[in-house]
Amino acid sequence: MGRGSGVIKFRSPVKDNPATDDGGGPSTHGFADTWAATIWPTGFVSMSLRETQLHLLNTTQRLVAALTDPTQTAQLGRSVGEELVDAHFTNPEALELSLSLIASRLLKDFAPQLRHINNAELRSRLGLLLGAIAAGFSTALRDVTFSEQEQIRRAGLLARETTERDLRGSEARFRAVFAGAAIGIAIADISGNILHFNPAMEQILGDSSEAHLFSSVAQFVDLDDAPELWSQYQRLVNGEQEQVQSEKRYVRPDGSVVWADMVISLVRDDNGHPRYLVVLVEDVSERRRLQTTLHHQALHDPLTGLPNRTLFFDRLRRLCNQHDSTKRIGLCYLDLDRFKAVNDSLGHHVGDKLLVELAERLARCTADAGHIVARMGGDEFVVLVEDCEGTRQLKLLAEQLLEALAAPFEIADHQLTVSASIGLVEHQAAGADPAELLKAADITLYWAKSEGNGGWALHESERRGRQVARYELSAAMPRALAHGEFLVEYQPLVRLRDSVTIGTEALVRWNHPVLGRLGPQHFIDLAEETGQIVPLGRWVFEQSCAQAALWSAEFGAQAPFVSINLAVRQLRDPGIVAELISIAQAYDVAPQQLQLELTESEIMGPSDEALERLRTLADAGFVIAIDDFGTGYSNLAYLRRLPVQALKLASSFVTGLQQDPNGDRVGEEIMKTLIHLSHILGLHVTAEGIETDEQARQLRDLGCDNGQGWLFAKPGPPETITEMLRPKT
Amino acid sequence: MVNSQSWIPHEVDVERPNPARMYDYYLGGAHNFAADRELAEQALAVRPALARSARLNRRFLNRVVRYSSELGINQFLDLGSGIPTAGNVHHIAQQRDPTARIAYVDNESVAVAHSTELLAGNDYATITKADLKDVETVLSAPGIAGLLDFDQPIALLTVAVMHFIPDSEAPWEIFQRYHSALMPGSLLALSHCTVEGLAPEWTKVAELYKSSTTPVYPRDKAELERFFTGLQLVKPGIVDAIDWHPDEGEQETERSGFYAAVARV
Ligand SMILES: C[S@@+](CC[C@H](N)C(=O)[O-])C[C@H]1O[C@@H](n2cnc3c(N)ncnc32)[C@H](O)[C@@H]1O
Repeated sequence: MGRGSGVIKFRSPVKDNPATDDGGGPSTHGFADTWAATIWPTGFVSMSLRETQLHLLNTTQRLVAALTDPTQTAQLGRSVGEELVDAHFTNPEALELSLSLIASRLLKDFAPQLRHINNAELRSRLGLLLGAIAAGFSTALRDVTFSEQEQIRRAGLLARETTERDLRGSEARFRAVFAGAAIGIAIADISGNILHFNPAMEQILGDSSEAHLFSSVAQFVDLDDAPELWSQYQRLVNGEQEQVQSEKRYVRPDGSVVWADMVISLVRDDNGHPRYLVVLVEDVSERRRLQTTLHHQALHDPLTGLPNRTLFFDRLRRLCNQHDSTKRIGLCYLDLDRFKAVNDSLGHHVGDKLLVELAERLARCTADAGHIVARMGGDEFVVLVEDCEGTRQLKLLAEQLLEALAAPFEIADHQLTVSASIGLVEHQAAGADPAELLKAADITLYWAKSEGNGGWALHESERRGRQVARYELSAAMPRALAHGEFLVEYQPLVRLRDSVTIGTEALVRWNHPVLGRLGPQHFIDLAEETGQIVPLGRWVFEQSCAQAALWSAEFGAQAPFVSINLAVRQLRDPGIVAELISIAQAYDVAPQQLQLELTESEIMGPSDEALERLRTLADAGFVIAIDDFGTGYSNLAYLRRLPVQALKLASSFVTGLQQDPNGDRVGEEIMKTLIHLSHILGLHVTAEGIETDEQARQLRDLGCDNGQGWLFAKPGPPETITEMLRPKT
Repeated sequence: MVNSQSWIPHEVDVERPNPARMYDYYLGGAHNFAADRELAEQALAVRPALARSARLNRRFLNRVVRYSSELGINQFLDLGSGIPTAGNVHHIAQQRDPTARIAYVDNESVAVAHSTELLAGNDYATITKADLKDVETVLSAPGIAGLLDFDQPIALLTVAVMHFIPDSEAPWEIFQRYHSALMPGSLLALSHCTVEGLAPEWTKVAELYKSSTTPVYPRDKAELERFFTGLQLVKPGIVDAIDWHPDEGEQETERSGFYAAVARV
């Protein structure tokens, strides 16, 4: 490793040296050993003591030669001094010890070899020798020192260059990342003064002319007031926290709004002291917009853009959950009069447009007051009045709404004049039951209608109002049955595989002289409560049998079966089995042509007797189906214990098929599983509420057996079905 | 492996005393700067025997290399090799076997730069700039993985370096991780400064080093035993450097302040 390393250069012995005859003789060895022992502990040498002794043996010979030959004294003396340095005896102490050893011992130890030289001459040669050794040592030491200093300087420079190159490299890498990142990056000192920010930061938070706006990290934190964020930021600056994260809304200088996901991190120095802050800002506006849109879609009616039932109930529920007993809420339940006529005569397309315009007018009418208008389905809308000031306010609002609808609607060349009826409910908010409130509003709406279209009715006291309504309806039922106010409509059940109508569902309607046509949802519950369901059910069954017989006569084996709703209440009647069998026989209809539908929730817990009767009916050949499956406990396993052959899936499953804005196929998966499981249980599956070709196709692909819904036909008079089934001519 | 160290290099700071160059100064070298000499002189004023200690530690290194060579080991991994003052590992080892391979490792850039220059042209010796704590980085560095054959015995030298690593970084675990990379027949050598049973001045010296770039953490024998858990120590075990296989005629009586030990894999 060159000079200064462990390489020991042995100088060649001096030629023609008369003293060398002593060679490695005893006095030379003795002197060298003593010398080595003296200086070895002072040395920085890597040589062992033994090596040092060997080394100095040669040097000792040189010393003797220097005294013997006066012409070489100075030169050899210097070389001895140099040699000491080369062997790393660079400590001045080594020189001192060497010189005094040589001065005191050399002449004595080598007296025999030196005896031919006189004493005075020897003393003077010795003085010269000592001086030469010292001079050689100093010169060599100076050289070594210079050279080592130069080496270390060069190494220092080299190291610095390398480090700077590495630094430049890392800085270049950093710059590339800094400049090219899509994320906004700002670097600030610990007091929050921003030192640098990258182009992305400018882009996210505003154009460069406004760059001076971001001079402090505090501004990022303060984008809006968030005390929690502030205290976190303080902890960060104090080094008690490593990171602060927040999603923030930021208004750009040009007024546009950006949502930023912001992370501020602490950078510490080598000693762990807080040194810098790094702010990373990601523009999440797009993501948020998407989220908001999805959220909006889930809570709004696609046709009118109004809040949907879900959102309405959400809001209503929240209002009902509050504890302030002084707060009151109001509902205006609005329904167009004779909207069906519009749809029937002008088509859905016009009907839909009418609903859109209507929605707009309602929204406009309530916007100032800040009430929510929601579309509940069909032509039913509800206005929710938070902080209701009383019934007066509601009545006024109802008047305003009716007035807003009074002007004719201009739709596709049609001038449509419509009227609506409104049911009003006013109630204390705290502790109210949202579903009950809505039911009350619904009933009140019918009362409004019963008093003549185009008006409103106020639900006085819920209980009384409802009792009155119910009482009157139930009281009217026996008479209505006798007067033929009920009728049965049929809706086809279609085999999806080949679109053949294989059955029909019998649906009872009440042509109420005042209320108009009422669907089963308005009176069946009531009929069950009062027991009217028994005669009504029997009547419907009889009607259905009569119709089934007609179809049988005309279409023979191709005749559709008729599916009839059966209330559990009917099953409680001990005579029901015999009655149904005898009616079917009377009309000469095979029980196989008749399907009895029970709703899921009812069938899940019927008494043993009812279940027994159901079994008997099944044994007699009637087909038993579960209606509205999926709305109750959806306990497929339990079905195994029931005498059931068919399943009708609630229409919400069909709707669920298409609600996949993210390509999410959960709905389809559920449907697939349901169908699969049903088939395993040996059940036929009918999907209700099919409205589009796409749904029908999907269901068919999923293996669903039958379908029912507006796509095929709405419920209608039996003749429509007969027409459908007749071969086209 | 990309670590933060290689991403953002540390700056060279010749203004701050550095133990590698101070050590060189104790050994009589001139590979040092004024700041190094100043602190070294302060240390020497507190404890003049320091220079002797450095020499005795260096003697141990020398003997360990010879000991390894005599066992037929001709590969050396010298962690914390420092400024190559007189009597370097490759010199001693290559004297016996000119093809002996020596990989030096140091994390101090000046020491590394210096070694780079001095090793230019030596095909069997390399210097790698790395922190010995990054065991994976060290073992996979080209200067090491490309030079040493880990399927053959290697003498691993950690001489006067482990005391620069604080307990919080578990130097004994680092030592053990190197151990697991070595084949049977390999050696692990350690010398480590201590103040155990020594005059209080030694503790003061350790205090002085706090102002250098690298503070020193002297350890007791009991603490050093942890390094050798599960390893077989070569006789006489963990002893003062002066008592580890001293050369004939070199027996010292006064302690060096370095514990020394060698274990066989
Ligand atoms: C006192 S010197 C010892 C030199 C040589 N091993 C000897 O004993 O003669 C210690 C060396 O270890 C180096 N060093 C300290 N900590 C280190 C680490 N974590 N990784 C690599 N080298 C380190 C220093 O830079 C210095 O050069």
